[in-house]
Amino acid sequence: MPQGDYIELHRKRYGYRPDHFERKRKKEARLVHKRSETAQKALGIKGKMFAKKRYAEKALMKKTLAMHEESSTRRKVDDDVHEGAVPAYLLDRDNTTRAKILNNTIKQKRKEKAGKWEVPLPKVRPVAEDEMFKILRSGKRKTKQWKRMVTKATFVGPGFTRKPPKYERFIRPSGLRFTKAHVTHPELKCTFNLEIIGVKKNPNGQMYTSLGVLTKGTIIEVNVSELGLVTPAGKVVWGEFNLYVAFCYHALF
Amino acid sequence: MEVEPEGKNVMCLLTDPEGTPLGNSVYLPQNTGPQHLQQIVNQLLNNEDKLPYAFYISDQELLESLGKYSEKNKISVEKVLKIVYQPQAIFRIRPVHRCSATIAGHNEAVLSVAFSPDGRQLASGSGDTTVRLWDLGTQTPLYTCTGHKNWVLCIAWSPDGKHLVSGSKAGELQCWDPQTGKPSGNPLIGHKKWITGISWEPVHLNSPCRRFVSASKDGDARIWDVTLRKSVICLSGHTLAVTCVKWGGDGVIYTGSQDCTIKVWETTQGKLIRELKGHGHWVNSLALSTEYVLRTGAFDHTCKQYSSPEEMKKVALERYNKMKGNAPERLVSGSDDFTMFLWEPFVSKHPKTRMTGHQQLVNHVYFSPDGQWIASASFDRSVKLWNGTTGKFVAAFRGHVGPVYQISWSADSRLLLSGSKDSTLKVWDIRTRKLKQDLPGHADEVYAVDWSPDGEKVVSGGKDRVLKLWMG
Repeated sequence: MPQGDYIELHRKRYGYRPDHFERKRKKEARLVHKRSETAQKALGIKGKMFAKKRYAEKALMKKTLAMHEESSTRRKVDDDVHEGAVPAYLLDRDNTTRAKILNNTIKQKRKEKAGKWEVPLPKVRPVAEDEMFKILRSGKRKTKQWKRMVTKATFVGPGFTRKPPKYERFIRPSGLRFTKAHVTHPELKCTFNLEIIGVKKNPNGQMYTSLGVLTKGTIIEVNVSELGLVTPAGKVVWGEFNLYVAFCYHALF
Repeated sequence: MEVEPEGKNVMCLLTDPEGTPLGNSVYLPQNTGPQHLQQIVNQLLNNEDKLPYAFYISDQELLESLGKYSEKNKISVEKVLKIVYQPQAIFRIRPVHRCSATIAGHNEAVLSVAFSPDGRQLASGSGDTTVRLWDLGTQTPLYTCTGHKNWVLCIAWSPDGKHLVSGSKAGELQCWDPQTGKPSGNPLIGHKKWITGISWEPVHLNSPCRRFVSASKDGDARIWDVTLRKSVICLSGHTLAVTCVKWGGDGVIYTGSQDCTIKVWETTQGKLIRELKGHGHWVNSLALSTEYVLRTGAFDHTCKQYSSPEEMKKVALERYNKMKGNAPERLVSGSDDFTMFLWEPFVSKHPKTRMTGHQQLVNHVYFSPDGQWIASASFDRSVKLWNGTTGKFVAAFRGHVGPVYQISWSADSRLLLSGSKDSTLKVWDIRTRKLKQDLPGHADEVYAVDWSPDGEKVVSGGKDRVLKLWMG
């Protein structure tokens, strides 16, 4: 049997004291003064703690007040005309994907600038043959040295099948084969992960081009069909050379 | 009509698109082709002048003789072959295939274009806050109407061609006089957010045109009166933005909203009559089976002009009744949940058919002018064609490489035009269900297309800020 609820019990039986609510109101009204007195008088750590608590309360109160005020006041509507008008059916749509997609206006601009592109040629340095290839020794006594392994990343077309070992002079390790490249569009400042279609030109020589070796300054052809580019004739652009459209080739090299 | 059965005959029953049989079933010789059938139908219907008809057997058009057809499809001669006849337009519109003019003028993307109901005038609304009227004869700018504070999102011609209303992103509407290019009165203010759609009261209900309804992002639709220059009724009830509004031929207003519902309102007091529920996501677009005839009012392909509003009303009512037949008005809604619903709002509050098949949201739906087909444009890069009465899937037109934004029908319902984000327009042939014409030329996304009611011209506008006129 709980002992502490005698007040509730009394109230249940006889009701509140006649002046209960009056007293309560007065007490509450007095409370602020009391608290301010404490705030002024409290010393040391107690004072610090009290001040901190009081500050937090006040800050919260101010925030709520500001919030209420905001809902009642009429803010100035953002009514200046923005650029990039879209029709009503696109106004509510998420347009985050739009930035990624190359738009043709930019393409147009690019055309005007065509020819000014600096291919990253200064960075190209000739790659020595012994850096590019590792000699594989073969034969029973490991005396034959006609086989080469490419030590750089290569692009190998999807239709490639290996020749029998006897005729396979160059080995392109499968671990170093690349099928996709990160291609940056210089004006959009966007990077796309695009499929490589082929190697157009390796500055180190015809042989490297035909092997599909990817070194600095290599011009690759990438599949840009998913970027949704359209030619002036309305056909979908499928593959483009990075030099021609001035895609800068920066993947890993 | 009983012919001696010789074993070479096919028992046929001719029915109209709703399924009402025309006379009894008849024996027809196997060499009967569509041309013979046409004669028979014209005879049976007692048509004074011979109308062209197309014939469909189980939703496939009959192109050869009955004998060849039954041989090809192995149809039993014992059964009655049901042939549906569909009246075709008596005029034929030539497909557009060249760009006749590229008119620059707007300083921002062109957001909406519209031909006047008689096809003689052309207006466009743009992101540069102007409405422009264009001279179709010389293909040059005619008037520049300034007055809006923000992008002009939608424009609408009154069905009698006397008024032009435009709505902007700031939420105000402006009425223009197309003859002078001057605003008639102050802007109509009431909407708190941008305008998403405008629809005029059909001319056969009220002539001359006075009232129109506008839908807004703020969730309300408002009926306005052009002569009183104020909002008459505010239709509020949607909890989210109203995306589309249509004024039906029977004097009700349909609104589709982002709160997934379609509401039907009556127009004298603005009471809610019906709520059509079913979509699982935003309703993007609504179309009525009679929409084209409501838009063009009394004007048809013959370019006839009318002197008095009463005459116009009479002719418009005639045209409307002829188009509607005795079937109730059908409504189709396209939604963000990738589906469409076909409704008969006067019959039931449940959908007649659910049309599935799109793999992305449906942005625009449109009934063909004869009400026989529904076309839908979707962000999945396809345009799909559906049967207008049953809602059955008919064909998909693939060819666009970007989302398809808008579609437009030619007045004879034989061709369909679509404009897409991939900067091209394409004309599709309904009969062969193939691409008829590819119209490249825009440098950027095509936001708005319209085929003039007289069928001569097509206009398109887009992000590249030019207006292009295409001709046959």
